[in-house]
Amino acid sequence: MTQQQTEGGDVRLTGISKTYGSFKAVKPLDLTVPQGSFFALLGASGCGKTTTLRMIAGLEEATTGTISLGGRDITDLPPYKRPVNTVFQSYALFPHLDITENVAFGLRRRGIKSVKKQVDDMLELVQLGDFAKRKPHQLSGGQQQRVAVARALINHPQVLLLDEPLGALDLKLRRQMQLELKRIQTEVGITFIHVTHDQEEAMTMADTVAVMNGGRVEQLGAPADLYENPKTTFVANFLGTSNLIEGEIVSAGTDIVVAAGGGKLRLPTERCSAPTANGGKLLLGVRPEKISLAHADDADAIADGRNRVTGRIVDSSFIGVSTQYVVESPAGKALQVYEQNVERRAGLRAGAEVVLHWNPAHTFGLDAAQDIDAGVETVEDAA
Amino acid sequence: MTVTKEAPPAAPVTELKVRKASTRKRLVPYWLLLPGILWLVVFFALPLVYQASTSVQTGSLEKGFEVTWHFQTYWDALKDYYPQFIRSLLYAGTATLLCLLLGYPLAYLIAFKAGRWRNVVLVLVIAPFFTSFLIRTLAWKTILADGGAVVDVLNTLHILDVTSWLGWTESNRVLATPMAVVCGLTYNFLPFMILPLYTSLERIDGRLHEAAGDLYATPATTFRKVTFPLSMPGVVSGTLLTFIPASGDYVNAELLGSTDTKMVGSVIQTQFLRVLDYPTAAALSFILMAVVLIMVTVYIRRSGTEDLV
Repeated sequence: MTQQQTEGGDVRLTGISKTYGSFKAVKPLDLTVPQGSFFALLGASGCGKTTTLRMIAGLEEATTGTISLGGRDITDLPPYKRPVNTVFQSYALFPHLDITENVAFGLRRRGIKSVKKQVDDMLELVQLGDFAKRKPHQLSGGQQQRVAVARALINHPQVLLLDEPLGALDLKLRRQMQLELKRIQTEVGITFIHVTHDQEEAMTMADTVAVMNGGRVEQLGAPADLYENPKTTFVANFLGTSNLIEGEIVSAGTDIVVAAGGGKLRLPTERCSAPTANGGKLLLGVRPEKISLAHADDADAIADGRNRVTGRIVDSSFIGVSTQYVVESPAGKALQVYEQNVERRAGLRAGAEVVLHWNPAHTFGLDAAQDIDAGVETVEDAA
Repeated sequence: MTVTKEAPPAAPVTELKVRKASTRKRLVPYWLLLPGILWLVVFFALPLVYQASTSVQTGSLEKGFEVTWHFQTYWDALKDYYPQFIRSLLYAGTATLLCLLLGYPLAYLIAFKAGRWRNVVLVLVIAPFFTSFLIRTLAWKTILADGGAVVDVLNTLHILDVTSWLGWTESNRVLATPMAVVCGLTYNFLPFMILPLYTSLERIDGRLHEAAGDLYATPATTFRKVTFPLSMPGVVSGTLLTFIPASGDYVNAELLGSTDTKMVGSVIQTQFLRVLDYPTAAALSFILMAVVLIMVTVYIRRSGTEDLV
C-alpha cells in the first residue's frame, strides 16, 4: 500500500461535515483513502457512513470541509462531473433499458459511440455475458448487483463507491459476492470505498477499515490491527466480541499489573491506550477465543505467568467448530469464552467451577472513562 | 376399534365436501365479474347493437325506420361531415398537446418538488370537478367575452393579430373562434392528463435520478433518458384520457365556438335530437368510434410501453 500512496490519486476529506437542521449526521472528519486501496467505512445504521459516501459521490452537499481527489478539489462539482461512480444499495438499475444499455449508460453520456466491445468485456468480467439483452427485472438479486458493479466499473472511475451493495442478498450469496468484488478490485486496481454495517464483510474485503460511530471515525486501520488493538470500547465491542474487565492499576513497567475481581492481571504497556498512573482505573480487554478454560480441579496444571480469572459456567452453547461459554466471575458477570472443539471436555457444563486463563500478551487496555457497553447492542442488531 | 370401522365411509363424504369447496372457489372470480359484466351488457353492449342496427336502417320518423342494410348512410355521413371530423381530431389533438405541455411540468412538480404541499396541490388539480362541467365552460364564455380583460390584454400585446393571421381567432374576437374551443377543451381535460402523469412520475425511484447523475448525465439528459421514458405509461394514458373524450366533445364547441367551429360531437347531437335523422347520427357515431380506435391502437403500438405498465 505504501508504494501506491505515492501515485497521488488519493481521496482526501478535510474537515468534511454534514448537518441536517440541528442533526449532525457527520461531524467534521479528516480521512485519506490511498489510491488503489480497498477501504471500508464500517458502522451501525445512522453512524454517518452512507452520508460520507454520498458526499464523495456529490449526491449530498458537504456542510463544511473540502473533498479532493488526486490533489484536485471536487467539493463543488456536481455528481456528473466527478470521476467517481457508485454502486447503489438497491442497485438503481434503469428498468426501461436492457443490461447492455444499463452498462453502456455512462459511456454514452460521455459521447463514446462504439460501446459494444467494452460492454461485452465488462459483462464477461462480472460473468453475465449471456444476459446482455435481458431487462433488469428478469435478473436475480445477485445478477442485478453484478450489473450495478459493471455499470459503474466500465467508466474506469478513479474511485468506486459501494453503498452496502450486498445488503439485499442472502448470506451465502453475500459471501460469494464478497470474494467476487475483492477479485474484481484486485484485477482492475481501482480505489474502492465500501460502506457496510457488516463487520465480517468489512474485515474480509478491505485493506483498511474506518469504524464510524455517531458521525465520527472511531478508529482506522488494517482489519487485523483493529481487531487486535481496539482503541475504544466501541471498536472492541463492535468488531467481534470483547471481554472487558474493569480494574485498578497497581504498578506499571514493561507490563501493567491491574487488580481486578480479587486477583491480579497483567498486560503489555504498549497495548494500553489509556493513561497508566498507579491507582488509575483501566478497562482490560481480551478476545473470547484467546481464553482457555480449565476445570477448577485442574487449576494446578495451568502454566505460570498466565492471566487467571476464576468463575462458574452459566451457559454453554455448542456451535460445531467451537463451543461458546458464558462464565460468571467476580471480574465480570458474563465473560465469553470460545473453545475449539478439539477434544470433548465433559467436565465443562453449566454450573462447573472453572479457571479462565490466557497469555497476558493477548490483553489490551482501554480508558475506563468510556461506556463499557458501547457498540454491544448495535452488533446484535446488525446480526 | 369402532373408530377404524367408521372411518372408511366417512372418507368419501369429506372428499365430496372438498370437491364442492374447490368448485366454489373456482367460481369466485366469475361471481365477482358478474355485476360489472351485467352493467356492461345492459348499458354498453345492447345500446351498441341497437345503434348498429339503427345505422343501417332507412325510413322517416312518420313512416318508421326499418333495417334495410343501407350502408350508403356511412358514406353519405362521411361525405357531408368530413370537415367536422377533421376539425374534431385537430382540435382534440391540439388540446391534448397543450394539456401535455401544461400538465407535465405541473405533474413533475407535484411528484418531485412539492414536498409537504403535494396533497394540497393535488386537491387543487381536482378542485374544478366540484363544479359542473357546464357551469365551468359557461364561465369561460365570460372570461373570453368581447371587450373582456383577456381579449383586451391579448389585443394590447398584438397577440390577437398573430392568432388571427393564423386563423385561430377572428379580428378582435376570441369567443366563437377555434382558439376558444381549444382553450375550453384544454381546460376541461387538463386534470385527466395531470393525474396519470403524476401517478407514473411518482412511481419513479428517486435513486434512478441519482444513478443517472452519477453516470455523467446532466439533469437535462437525466430527464431525456430516464425520467421521460419511465413516465411514458403516464403520457400514454394521459393523452388517451384527454384525446378520446375531447374528440367526441360537443359542449365546448357549442358554448365557446360558432357554426364554423362545429365538431363531430355537435353534429351527432344535432342529428339525434333536432334533425331526428337517427341512421345518420348512428353512422357518424360508429365512424368516430372506428377512427378513434384505429388511432389509439396505432399510438399504443408505436409508443411501446407494454412492458412498462
